[in-house]
Amino acid sequence: MDQQQRLDALAAVTPAEELDHIRESIVSNLFQKSRELCSKSVVIQDKNQLYKSEKLDRIFTSKVWGFPIMLGLLGVVFYLTIAGANVPSSMLANFFGWVEGYITLAFTAMNAPEWLHGLLVLGLYRGTSWVVSVMLPPMAIFFPVFALLENYGYLPRVAFNLDRLFKKSGAHGKQSLTMAMGFGCNAAAIMSTRIIESPRERMLAILTNNFVPCNGRWPTLILLASLFMAVGFTGGMHTLVTAFVVMGMVLFGVIITLLVSWMLSKTALKGTPSHYTLELPPYRKPKMLNTILRASLDKTIYVLRRAVKVAAPAGVLTWVLANIYIGDTSILLHFVQFLDPFGQLLGMDGFILMAFIIGMPANEIVLPILLMGYLSTGALTEVEDMAALKQIFLDNGWTWLTALNMMLFSLLHFPCGTTLVNIFKETKSWKWTFVAFAIPTVIAIGVTFAVAQVIRGFGWV
Amino acid sequence: MKEYTIALAGNPNTGKSTLFNALTGLKQHTGNWAGKTVTLASGYYRYKNIPLKIVDLPGTYSLFSNSEDEEVARDYIVFEKPDVTLLVLDATSLERSLNLALQVLEMTDQVLICLNLMDEAKKKGLKINAKQLSKNLGVPVIPISARNREGLDVLSDTLLKMCSGTIKTKPYKMKYREEIEAKIIKLEKELSEILGPDYPARWLAIRFLDGDSKLIAALKNKLASNGEGGGVHGSTTALGRSGGGHSC
Amino acid sequence: MKDQSDMTTLYLAQSGQKFLIQKVKIKGDLKRRLLDLGFVPGSVVEVLKASPLGDPVSYRVAGTVIALRKEESQLLFGEVIQR
Repeated sequence: MDQQQRLDALAAVTPAEELDHIRESIVSNLFQKSRELCSKSVVIQDKNQLYKSEKLDRIFTSKVWGFPIMLGLLGVVFYLTIAGANVPSSMLANFFGWVEGYITLAFTAMNAPEWLHGLLVLGLYRGTSWVVSVMLPPMAIFFPVFALLENYGYLPRVAFNLDRLFKKSGAHGKQSLTMAMGFGCNAAAIMSTRIIESPRERMLAILTNNFVPCNGRWPTLILLASLFMAVGFTGGMHTLVTAFVVMGMVLFGVIITLLVSWMLSKTALKGTPSHYTLELPPYRKPKMLNTILRASLDKTIYVLRRAVKVAAPAGVLTWVLANIYIGDTSILLHFVQFLDPFGQLLGMDGFILMAFIIGMPANEIVLPILLMGYLSTGALTEVEDMAALKQIFLDNGWTWLTALNMMLFSLLHFPCGTTLVNIFKETKSWKWTFVAFAIPTVIAIGVTFAVAQVIRGFGWV
Repeated sequence: MKEYTIALAGNPNTGKSTLFNALTGLKQHTGNWAGKTVTLASGYYRYKNIPLKIVDLPGTYSLFSNSEDEEVARDYIVFEKPDVTLLVLDATSLERSLNLALQVLEMTDQVLICLNLMDEAKKKGLKINAKQLSKNLGVPVIPISARNREGLDVLSDTLLKMCSGTIKTKPYKMKYREEIEAKIIKLEKELSEILGPDYPARWLAIRFLDGDSKLIAALKNKLASNGEGGGVHGSTTALGRSGGGHSC
Repeated sequence: MKDQSDMTTLYLAQSGQKFLIQKVKIKGDLKRRLLDLGFVPGSVVEVLKASPLGDPVSYRVAGTVIALRKEESQLLFGEVIQR
């Protein structure tokens, strides 16, 4: 008898119905021995210190304080991001503008043709530098602060606090962890849903992850909230109100996530939540400097890479579309005019929808494309300060409703190209990838339409 | 010069990747191994001018076939036979970590244990006697704090001595309840007759008893491919390489 | 070993109580995962606290803290032991 056959003969040595019992016996023995070893080599010197994490849990997951603390921390993170990003953002913008002056001089000195200057400087350079100066500072604050909370061990507590809501909506408790990943990048969060073993619940996490605003959408939300929602407040109050509005957006996204999960688990993804266990590791004081440096460095590289890979070509494309004319109107304007009636119905306009569609590869470039569109020259303007920026919007007929609906659309609309590619890679299904595109799109259209009708109906704008 | 291969195993969240980064710095690459979807990162470093290759196995609570992570980690230790399996234990929750340690000690003699997060354990008022633990387990136990880079030299030193055979280990082998033990001994005898000395027969006997069909399939696979390859163990060749760098 | 009818479930144990596990009435994957985490017959588990919304509940087991939903803790049988 050969090796393989002899092994086969031994393979079924334990009857199937006894397997669970054997395993239980084996693991019980293992833990018995572990306890014995521990009692020989570990001395507990201070019970108070040992159970410190549990004392902190009594506060962080308390019935009274658990949720207020959670919201408070989220608010603090947003406040720091918004308050801290303003100055470096404008410094970067000024720096890029200063460099551009010299580049333009160089082009003139070389007698470069007008179109080349337009393509490379007004399209490519301005598009890229916009993304860098608007994206980088908030990211360089948000992610280190978030990383500190993460390394401290707070995120599992969030999952612990929210678990019941997710269970009620038929979703997996670990979905809150994949959502936290989504704050950084939805595309990366799609990969992280692998921590959910049940295929049904993993699909729920994949399909709803987009309702958490990512890296690329923060600046849009922050900028519009600060320009249009916090009007009439100055200084610290202005920042505070802006932070509140952004937080409201995030909470709205979470509510939509729970609602969509609930509806899906009653229909297309029917089922009850699978069993799971959640570990609450001890709180650990993070290595401050290390965490901050690592998180901001990683993000810097990420934003820069994305700026070069996605923003630069999109800047060029937008410039080209805005400068090639059919009749006496540019291609871009034809497109905008086509979209405009629908955009108006949703409380926005054709330019905004155009920006979302061309900005599909990456959410970072939606706002720069929108600005390029608004400026008749077809190139992104140098935005010296926020007042100038707001004036551009006002000149194009914006009200606070326009800003609100653009924020809502940004929060709820279809996932970016990279995310969709990852969804296809993970689900290996065109059908589900399409669903992942369709659900947010329908919701975004529905919500903005409803909001526009209500607000106009009451005559508030 | 001979390059030694070291497999890094441990529970999730024990600072395993912190140790991996502390040892290998930025010289890492990731690759799929043995057709699994789980990605293994490996990195290199030199200690006393000897090249050491560290393979970062997935963090697991045990090494049964509960998940693909566990299968990958287990198959690597048993079939790829790294020179040393470096087991990272969480000093702050030793009881659960030891459950994994006892399983690894059944699989291979070449085990080096490091107690990570010693700084945290101290803060929590835990006093751990590493010497006692080492005596009980029959393998070296090195206390470290990977994130403060404490104890890493002693660790590397011991690693090298184990690779070169200067330190011999005598790992503790788990004893089970009588009725199970009797079955294990019988199976162990049969398996070592079939497989020869290249495989840990006692551990395999326990896996057979546990009805671990995935392991049995992996074992048969391994035997079949060894037959084709003339019985030579490929120790590092199976580690596929793909474009380096971490994805975002 | 007690008869199962004498046992209570971990779910019914109160915060602060210690609970000796005697029977894990679960099958398959979940059973194996719970075993790996230290929910094994013979282990003593301490009930820590419920989440703000009442469920899940956290337990100290094998020197770590693990949260279980009531669906799981109802299937772990044993008895409350005095401190």
